[in-house]
Amino acid sequence: MSKLINQSSKLRMSKKLIYSLLIAAFCISAIGCRYDMQDQPRYKPFKESDFFSDEKAMRDLPENTVARGNLRENKAFYTGKKENADPNVQVETTMDEDGNTVVSSFPNAIEEFPIPVTKELLDRGEQRYKIFCMVCHGPVGAGDGMIVRRGYPKPSTYHNDRLRNAPVGHFYDVITNGWGKMNGYASQIPVADRWAIVAYIRALQISQDPNSKMTMDKSSTDSAGNTDNKDNADNAETEKDSDKAESSENKDADGGEK
Amino acid sequence: MAQLFHRGANNIAKASLVIAVLLAGVAFYAYTQLARSSYLTGRYLEKQQPVQFSHKHHVGDDGIDCRYCHTSVETSASAGIPPTQTCMNCHNQLYADQEYLEPVRASYRDNKPIKWERVHDLPGYAYFNHSIHVAKGVGCSTCHGQIDNMPAVYQENTLQMEWCLSCHRQPEDFIRPKSEIYNMQWKDSNLTAEQRLKLKADYKIRSKELLTSCSTCHR
Ligand code: HEC
Ligand code: HEC
Ligand code: HEC
Ligand code: HEC
Ligand code: HEC
Ligand code: HEC
Repeated sequence: MSKLINQSSKLRMSKKLIYSLLIAAFCISAIGCRYDMQDQPRYKPFKESDFFSDEKAMRDLPENTVARGNLRENKAFYTGKKENADPNVQVETTMDEDGNTVVSSFPNAIEEFPIPVTKELLDRGEQRYKIFCMVCHGPVGAGDGMIVRRGYPKPSTYHNDRLRNAPVGHFYDVITNGWGKMNGYASQIPVADRWAIVAYIRALQISQDPNSKMTMDKSSTDSAGNTDNKDNADNAETEKDSDKAESSENKDADGGEK
Repeated sequence: MAQLFHRGANNIAKASLVIAVLLAGVAFYAYTQLARSSYLTGRYLEKQQPVQFSHKHHVGDDGIDCRYCHTSVETSASAGIPPTQTCMNCHNQLYADQEYLEPVRASYRDNKPIKWERVHDLPGYAYFNHSIHVAKGVGCSTCHGQIDNMPAVYQENTLQMEWCLSCHRQPEDFIRPKSEIYNMQWKDSNLTAEQRLKLKADYKIRSKELLTSCSTCHR
């Protein structure tokens, strides 16, 4: 009898030991877990991958595929080219004394904006122009931006007859695919923003040309559109006076409104 | 039996209680300081990068906007690190044959991304999103400090939970007009208290309770 009791208490003892060992093991493994929670086995943007051969966790689109909603049927909007554009068309290309590419005829480029030109579009264009283009092309497009002053080749001014007469589709094409020494900005600027920038460049051109007969957009030259241009013209004029990239940066966002 | 302790031992025993409490206090204080130290939070530490990229030169001296390189900061959770192509927009012509840009050119040639060392890195269980902060008037310099003065980026704040909460409890102390988000010189004293409260209302910033509830950041 006494032997039996002794055994069961021994059993209880060893059970206790096992439990406490289990708890201790759990506590120790819980310490280890903390690290796993910090660095969870999932991909965050820009992380390195040891699975894919190009070591990028962020995947590029496979070639010749179209993501949902990216069919881009609207040719004028997405390419700035006419519906019946001829890819083999020959245009005369020369170089000016700065080594910039000069082309004067653009048979394929569309002449009219594919989206309505509004005050909002111009404001957006102004903002985007100052982020992406001003560093080289300068605050009013004279080609005197900060990077050019640091030694980058000088682009031609927007304010010559050649570029005043260039169709809007050409500007869109330059932003999208680059031009001569200038790289394309397709990866940095979404399509709608590119058109906004083109609209703002047109507004700059009008503002810098005192006897301009240009209008923003043949399809939207209603009274509202015209006053918009005027507002922006005044705006650009004040910028020219200050003539400094830095000062225009600190300018109030809606300084164009009178 | 002879007495083991002499009478003074009573005082020592009492004193040791006080000392123990004091020691525990000091240890706790040391722990809190250690937890907030730059050794554990990575604050102020500069990292060795594959290319000596300088925000001081590119932003401070050349006036390039943050969004030229960090293009997705307004639209997504991650601000984005520029692809090599962005560097080549300028460096295909500028310093195109300098030794220190060789890693950039090599990356462009071989189509292999540059391996930048992360400076800011939240743990996996915390959720952060840039676009909402930018949209609700929190400027880059509030969280990242004067990037335009940093030859090498370092973490200006601890990025600990207490830091996030210190703002989420009263965001009105830190917000600014939308036009100043990218202004690195902005001072929080540029606005009066009423202007801040009005801004807070304009941005429709939600209640302190919602912003500090655990599931906002741990989801
Ligand atoms: C890194 C400097 C740089 C940036 C940034 C830049 N450009 Fe250019 N751009 C140039 C240079 C250089 C040229 C001249 C290229 C040539 O002719 O070889 C040029 C030329 C042009 C031209 C003239 C095309 C022609 O027919 O002569 C247009 C239009 C233009 N850029 C628009 C833009 C727009 C819009 C942006 C902003 C999205 C922009 N650029 C950003 C450097 C830049
Ligand atoms: C010319 C391109 C460029 C511009 C402009 C730029 N950055 Fe950066 N930024 C980079 C690159 C490249 C890195 C990664 C290398 C590094 O950490 O230094 C980086 C890193 C950072 C980081 C640290 C990221 C990390 O690893 O945690 C922060 C924060 C940052 N930038 C903020 C800004 C802010 C704020 C601005 C505007 C004032 C700005 N940047 C402008 C290119 C740029
Ligand atoms: C918009 C033009 C532009 C872009 C984009 C640009 N840089 Fe620069 N970079 C410059 C200029 C201008 C300088 C000269 C800086 C100075 O002296 O003020 C420079 C200088 C440098 C230097 C020399 C060291 C220094 O800071 O003076 C390095 C390294 C460098 N850039 C790396 C990069 C990398 C990496 C990227 C891409 C993330 C990049 N740059 C993108 C214009 C640019
Ligand atoms: C509310 C604070 C806050 C503001 C405002 C803020 N950041 Fe950040 N930023 C962070 C935090 C936190 C991280 C680390 C994110 C992570 O590890 O997931 C970070 C990371 C980054 C990174 C590294 C890449 C990434 O997205 O993880 C860059 C680049 C950056 N920030 C740029 C900017 C720029 C540019 C601005 C201004 C438009 C800005 N940040 C505004 C807090 C902020
Ligand atoms: C300087 C002030 C400030 C700091 C610091 C800050 N935040 Fe915020 N945060 C805000 C504001 C303002 C909002 C917008 C609140 C709103 O829309 O009602 C916000 C919103 C958010 C949201 C979105 C909430 C939702 O429901 O969509 C998340 C997530 C968030 N913050 C996470 C963080 C994290 C994580 C940190 C620390 C790394 C942090 N924040 C630091 C000011 C700040
Ligand atoms: C504003 C965003 C935010 C909110 C709200 C928030 N947290 Fe956190 N929390 C964080 C961040 C960021 C970290 C990571 C801190 C670090 O890296 O040290 C964190 C870390 C933690 C940790 C781990 C601490 C450590 O040192 O490992 C715990 C536990 C935690 N949070 C619990 C909570 C609880 C409980 C709540 C609700 C009462 C809460 N959090 C609300 C942002 C937040």
